Amino acid sequence: MADEIQELSASAAAAAIADGGLARAELFEHYRARAAGDELNAFTWVAEQPPAPVEGPLSGVPVAVKDLFCTEGIPSQAGSKILAGYCPPYTATAVANLEAAGAPVLGKTNQDEFAMGSSNENSAFGPVLNPWDHSRVPGGSSGGSAAAVAAGLAPWALGTDTGGSIRQPAALCGIVGLKPTYGAVSRYGMIAFASSLDSAGPLTRDVADAALFYRHLVGRDSADATSVAFPEAIEIPTGERLDGITLAVPTGLVDGEGIEAGVRESFEASLETARSLGATIVGCEIPSARYALSAYYVIAPAEASSNLARFDGVRYGLRVEEGRLDEMYTETRHDGFGAEVKRRILIGTYALSSGYYDAYYGRAQRVRTVVARELGAIFESADFIVTPTSPTVAFGLGDRTADPLSMYLSDLFTIPMSLAGTPAISIPSGLSEGLPVGLQICGPAFSENRILGAAHALEQAIGFDGSPARGGAS
Amino acid sequence: MAGVELEPVIGLEIHVQLRTATKMFCSCALGFGEPPNTRTCPVCLGLPGALPVANAEAIHYGLMIGMALESELAPVSTFHRKNYFYPDLPKGYQISQFDLPLCSGGKLGAVKIHRVHLEEDAAKLNHAGASGRIQGADSSVVDFNRGGTPLAEIVTEPEIRSAEQAGEWLRLLRTTLRTLGVSDVNMEEGSLRCDANISLRPVGTDQLGTKTELKNMNSFRFIERGIRAEVERQRALIEAGESVTQETLHFDPKTESITSLRSKEEAHDYRYFPEPDLPPVVITETMLDRAASALPELPAAREQRYVEQLGLSPETARLFAWRAELADYFDAVCAADTSLEPQLCANWVTELQGRLGEQEAEDSKVSADALAQLAALVASSAINQGGAKQVLDELVANGGHPAGIVEAEGLEAVGGAEELAPIVAAALEANPDLTERLRGGDMKPIGVIIGEVMKQTRGRADGKEVTALVRQQLGLS
Repeated sequence: MADEIQELSASAAAAAIADGGLARAELFEHYRARAAGDELNAFTWVAEQPPAPVEGPLSGVPVAVKDLFCTEGIPSQAGSKILAGYCPPYTATAVANLEAAGAPVLGKTNQDEFAMGSSNENSAFGPVLNPWDHSRVPGGSSGGSAAAVAAGLAPWALGTDTGGSIRQPAALCGIVGLKPTYGAVSRYGMIAFASSLDSAGPLTRDVADAALFYRHLVGRDSADATSVAFPEAIEIPTGERLDGITLAVPTGLVDGEGIEAGVRESFEASLETARSLGATIVGCEIPSARYALSAYYVIAPAEASSNLARFDGVRYGLRVEEGRLDEMYTETRHDGFGAEVKRRILIGTYALSSGYYDAYYGRAQRVRTVVARELGAIFESADFIVTPTSPTVAFGLGDRTADPLSMYLSDLFTIPMSLAGTPAISIPSGLSEGLPVGLQICGPAFSENRILGAAHALEQAIGFDGSPARGGAS
Repeated sequence: MAGVELEPVIGLEIHVQLRTATKMFCSCALGFGEPPNTRTCPVCLGLPGALPVANAEAIHYGLMIGMALESELAPVSTFHRKNYFYPDLPKGYQISQFDLPLCSGGKLGAVKIHRVHLEEDAAKLNHAGASGRIQGADSSVVDFNRGGTPLAEIVTEPEIRSAEQAGEWLRLLRTTLRTLGVSDVNMEEGSLRCDANISLRPVGTDQLGTKTELKNMNSFRFIERGIRAEVERQRALIEAGESVTQETLHFDPKTESITSLRSKEEAHDYRYFPEPDLPPVVITETMLDRAASALPELPAAREQRYVEQLGLSPETARLFAWRAELADYFDAVCAADTSLEPQLCANWVTELQGRLGEQEAEDSKVSADALAQLAALVASSAINQGGAKQVLDELVANGGHPAGIVEAEGLEAVGGAEELAPIVAAALEANPDLTERLRGGDMKPIGVIIGEVMKQTRGRADGKEVTALVRQQLGLS
């Protein structure tokens, strides 16, 4: 029975519970036990008991929640020592929406500290291991969520994406990750990294699960002034063809250096598959893409430097007792934040300083406007832009920690969409040297239904059978 | 610089707590002396993950203020973050406005307005220990009830030239805001707070000298005294050939001393940037219409109406209109007896206020009804001026009804030929020399005769009537 439960997608499990063929408690306990036995360090907290059942369309299918989300009375530590043991008095809207739809919280998942990182090595609670190869990273910053889903420790998971933090770990772990249109999902209760870029979305085994999850995640929230009502219902995709669909490949970007041969091969195979499903492939250019990474690494740290100012030892979290107020601030933040967070606070503080604001933050915002305009122009003649999600497959633990710039390059393909606030999905496109490769499909704002439809068609045709631990760990 | 005549250049920054139902960026009710930290939520405590949502009522009040100050209202206004660390600032930044404030320019009275913007108030720090300030405190505790209260910051152009003008203008501003109903405007309680930027320059020049900022003075008297003290401090420095240092200062009203809070070198770099959690505020026609229709009669219009429609003297009209409490009281007196001449009512309101000093008429023992009755007694000559002033003294001291006081004290006017004529006749008889001079056309001694009559009537006679009777009895035309 355990194997049968393990084989069920989240949608299938929900249907089984609704049909009466599967007991809620049994499903919860199955995943609870697996999460509690986690050898990947994917979880930072696992429920001991299922919460009181809530009737709803998600029928009791448990969800793993990235530790960046506040969950009432449950540790919400954002991967940081400065929030070690912090239990908030309220629950994030995104989590509350899932709970209201019937999905109980299974556990909290590990992440890069304050979502800053692409390898999950920046967590105060230790790195997460890639279920495909325990010597490699799962990607980040939603590394715990991605590893948990890929290893079958959770049916699905909630993650966040600021510059690629859902898509890249989904790609490196061989699962599906959807970064929504900015504003479609409430950010209330999601511990802020870069407010104008942060979005919450699903990490799932397949595209249909992503659609079901997303359907219950979206919605305008009166507590988040930047949230908007999704203009249509989220549909569960069933399509298997791409007739009449045009896919644009940003030639300059994907032909650049730094893309592994195996990734390129898998990407080209995906394009071939798309053609066979009726799609037309065209080339396009995003001339500003070469500046996008730089702009992102000004804007995100600038906002982060301000967002993280509240961690001052006065009200909650770590406080290093010192005589004077300014010493208490200094020592608390010195001890509480990790190296990458400090680096970004310094960069961001500098970028916003009087006299430098225009040269850095102002210019980066102008780049952002140009990126959005260029993507918009491409979407006038193409349905989607497609790229590999990550230039490489999962890299080894410690391989890039000494060189922040090489780490930042992991986000090369995902950052333009983050800057533009437009949606994108990563689906598995195959294996390279035994490790998953992700395909990114991006569309204009609020095109999630169409993205999910195209992703579903490609997913069916690709037939990726990657599951290191639905069957057993590597 | 010795020998050059210097003039003060003063600009004011006024923080006004808005009287909205809820805080600026969350749904907590505003605090009014509740136990500490009982009016808080994740947003105003700056908890991780919490987000601000702008209070529409605060924006509405901001627009009303902008209209009252004849400001230009921004079609699109944005919030910015002002970043600095302090325990009363839970997010490590204050949400304020920067380059696109809600209101720009404008004017109130003779002083031009630079801008009006919205922001959130800080929490309240209480310092234990002798100093009462954070330096040297044994410990400090934070009460977040006040944190997040909506503030309108009103900044004037540096056009004020004296401490007295600053005080007078602030009273006008306070009256205007009170009339708008957007704030309690109570300086002692901190719902109206004023900082002053002060510099000196040679009379007749345009350039601005080095300015200092005098912080948070919490009464009109302290503001005037603080500005006066700082102007004199700067004048002494300049006349001694020394230069003024740009710094932020604290005025201690107890000792009249001015101490430095921080110098320019210690000034914060606030790293302003657009608040990404709040979309720009787009001011719609509907919002403008709603603000415009909510505007009550403002002091300038009231002053004009008092002159043009009620016939008050311009001085009285301004005195009342710039002090809304007094004007409201005056209106109530007029309304209590519509047959009275407004100027008569105004005279008695002025008379009353003269006896009250700083106390407001509406808080005194003299009800508007009672004052109207008093004015009516005067109008009907039932009592004379002197008697009426005695009644007023009694009203101020103990309250009550004018008619009852008149009766109890026997203050009815002595009037009419039958009552007054014999007294006048007796006074003339008692002073034959003066009577002769009067008969001869020398009217100077009339005062003595009136005085005699007043003495006999204990001040209840009317001087004009006495004069008329004297003339009549002596056969003068």
